[in-house]
Amino acid sequence: MSLLRVEAVSKSFGGVPVLRGISFSLDAGRTLGLVGENGAGKSTLMNILAGAVRPDAGQLEWRGRPYAPRRPADAMRAGIAYIHQELNLFPNLTIAENLFLTAFPRRWGLPLIDRRGLHRRAAALLEEAGLDLPPDLPVERLSAGERQLVEIARALGAGAALIILDEPTTSLGTREVERLFDRLARIRSQGVALIYISHALEDVLRLGDDLLVLRDGEVAGGGPRSAFTVERLVSLMVGRSLDRRFPPRAGRPGGETLLEARGLTRRGVLRDVGFRLRRGEILGVFGLMGAGRSELARILFGLDPCERGEILLEGRPLGGGGPRPRIRGGLAFVPEDRRREGLCLDASIADNLALVSLRRYARRGTGWLDPARWAPAVRAIRDAVRLTPAARDDQPVRTLSGGNQQKVVLGKWLLAGPRVFILDEPTRGIDVGAKAEIYRLIRSLADGGAGILFISSELEELIGLCDRILVMSHGEIRAEAEAGGFDREALLRAALRDPAAPPGGGDRP
Amino acid sequence: MTGDATGAAGPPGAGWKRLLRPDLFVLGLCAAYAALVGPFTPGFFTVRNAENLLVHALPLFVLASGQTVVMITGGIDLSMTSVLALSSIAGAWVMTPSGPLGGGPAAVPAALALMLLAGASVGILNGLAVARLRMPPFIATLTAMTFFSGLAVWLTQSRGIGPLPAGFNALGRLPGAVGIAAAAGAGAHLLLSRTILGRWLYAAGHNPRAALVSGVPVALAVALAYLFSGTLAGLASVLYTAQGGTGSPVLGQRLLLDVVAATVLGGTSLFGGRGRIPWTFLGVLFFKLIDNTLNLLDLSHFTIMMVKGGLILTAALLDTLRNRILESS
Repeated sequence: MSLLRVEAVSKSFGGVPVLRGISFSLDAGRTLGLVGENGAGKSTLMNILAGAVRPDAGQLEWRGRPYAPRRPADAMRAGIAYIHQELNLFPNLTIAENLFLTAFPRRWGLPLIDRRGLHRRAAALLEEAGLDLPPDLPVERLSAGERQLVEIARALGAGAALIILDEPTTSLGTREVERLFDRLARIRSQGVALIYISHALEDVLRLGDDLLVLRDGEVAGGGPRSAFTVERLVSLMVGRSLDRRFPPRAGRPGGETLLEARGLTRRGVLRDVGFRLRRGEILGVFGLMGAGRSELARILFGLDPCERGEILLEGRPLGGGGPRPRIRGGLAFVPEDRRREGLCLDASIADNLALVSLRRYARRGTGWLDPARWAPAVRAIRDAVRLTPAARDDQPVRTLSGGNQQKVVLGKWLLAGPRVFILDEPTRGIDVGAKAEIYRLIRSLADGGAGILFISSELEELIGLCDRILVMSHGEIRAEAEAGGFDREALLRAALRDPAAPPGGGDRP
Repeated sequence: MTGDATGAAGPPGAGWKRLLRPDLFVLGLCAAYAALVGPFTPGFFTVRNAENLLVHALPLFVLASGQTVVMITGGIDLSMTSVLALSSIAGAWVMTPSGPLGGGPAAVPAALALMLLAGASVGILNGLAVARLRMPPFIATLTAMTFFSGLAVWLTQSRGIGPLPAGFNALGRLPGAVGIAAAAGAGAHLLLSRTILGRWLYAAGHNPRAALVSGVPVALAVALAYLFSGTLAGLASVLYTAQGGTGSPVLGQRLLLDVVAATVLGGTSLFGGRGRIPWTFLGVLFFKLIDNTLNLLDLSHFTIMMVKGGLILTAALLDTLRNRILESS
């Protein structure tokens, strides 16, 4: 008997079908790898299992009995835990408090918290989840990977027989990913079933006993792991073969230096970082979580201070004054977290696109905007980044998929016509098709004479796209390689290498 | 906020849902309320009453326009009522016959300038506290309200200042008051919809971090919003003072709820990023409509307060419901 059976489930939102006749089953102690482009229906399907959304048609069976959760609490009681991509922990509360938020151990049956019992039971759960931390530590002091494990501990504490993990590795470094996978294997051996959702297809292939590929709300393929490869998954996801994911390099960029950093140093963050970015070049920066990549980007863009060192934009030194003088000088910055720093999610596509270059739509020398110049520019930039034609200009950015949101961020900067782009994880959490389009866009910008600093933790895309790669570790640049001489293992080793002398500070922020 | 600027066709939502847009929704509420309550309210459908309603709605609209601008940045300006009082006594002191310019030809213009200046000064202080010192707007402006309300009473020993020149008092009546309120409303509307600063204000309200990364001088924009709302509060004080005929140190003490309620009824979000001056105008209209009918029905002050509270609650509930319907589409 299957633990979970999903039978011909369908769901529409406002007349638009999101899921069409989805069926699959899952046995106890097995892992289902679920993949699909953004908007393929993965989240909706999982929300149905977790009781947040009710299907229009079809049946669910849980432990052999009909299962129709009406709210998330029903799913939790049945033993299904859904760990969202954005974790649902309260940073200001302790680990123990987060674990028992819905069911604090009580004293004498009164509404008084049994602190000692809380501590004891939390410690036991943490051990089960493989976390060696005191239960009274506030969650805000934990790294992303540790928080993930706290979520798992919470699911185990609630007696979950099925744990759904949505993109659990996006904010984890390599070592934290290993720790998570190790723990997942152990949980599985205790008979807990997992549904593992991720864009990192290698991970899905490694963890899943069975795979399920969704495309446009339908099952595009499924079966045991042995029947799949990354290439096959990709072609099922996009419905076509994507053998040319990366655009070809035009030639060796050899133009003048656009952006130069000299000896950038900040205690505990960066140590003596220097590089030159040339015209037409895509310069990759690889490193694990906490290596200082994002910190470097923020210092370059004037968002964070720097103790020593110089930044030169086309030969002119950049001082303080934050992002404004840098933007005026032709610098663009796509931040790591597009929802927090890249976009005004509730504002429209048009307003987000125009935000950086408002002055262009103003009557000369005044603060008055000229609406007539606005619309054609927005249209042109939408075409340039290939934003989905279905979206209206006045539609809030929040309603777009992750890939289209990122295209709005890129479009916003393109409109300002910068010569140097700093891109921090520009393809994080984006589906395969949109990734390929963003790679093409970045290459065409470089071909057009821009310099691009491309920060990523995905070695695959760095090797596929960049002309040169810098490897950072512990706040320093540890290695450099040119296209043609990229060696996957050497790059990874350089990123992992322990520091000769740490620049200070720990992993925790 | 994009509608006119992008030239994009059509409001969000199609068909009947168009009726749920804040402006049409509040307009509908006004019409429904007038149709339901009007026939039972003696003297409601008269020209005199319409005039009366308008005259009393205008100063509130000026205040609410300033409040809208601040709320769009995600803040709130609670100090407006203290500006009303401070401006009122400052202006009255200058132009009353026993004052420094008493009776002179420069008295009224000087008084007007001083009243706006008083508002602008409080606005700058609020702006610095919120944008530079990063104080929560609620606390910063609450403190300013307490201090300046106290100051106004202390300076005057809680006595009104009058009489005021007839030329000044005329500003509170129909042609003049409409001109002043229209200028303030149009100014605020153009600021929000047609200037770079306007876009900065919306962006700062939506997501200050993203705005900063996009090169928006967030602190400057926010500070200017408070300066603007302080100045408009000074202008509203001109209308209220002219209508009252004396400079009063307790002017506007009961108006705080009115301003916030009317602005929010108009669809401006307390969380920032959403709001428009035409919506605010309708919110003020609806609010004053309720006020007006309740007064005509000759209810006691306390009954009026209770009914007003209930009606505002109902409108807020309808607004929440409306947003839920729009978001589910």
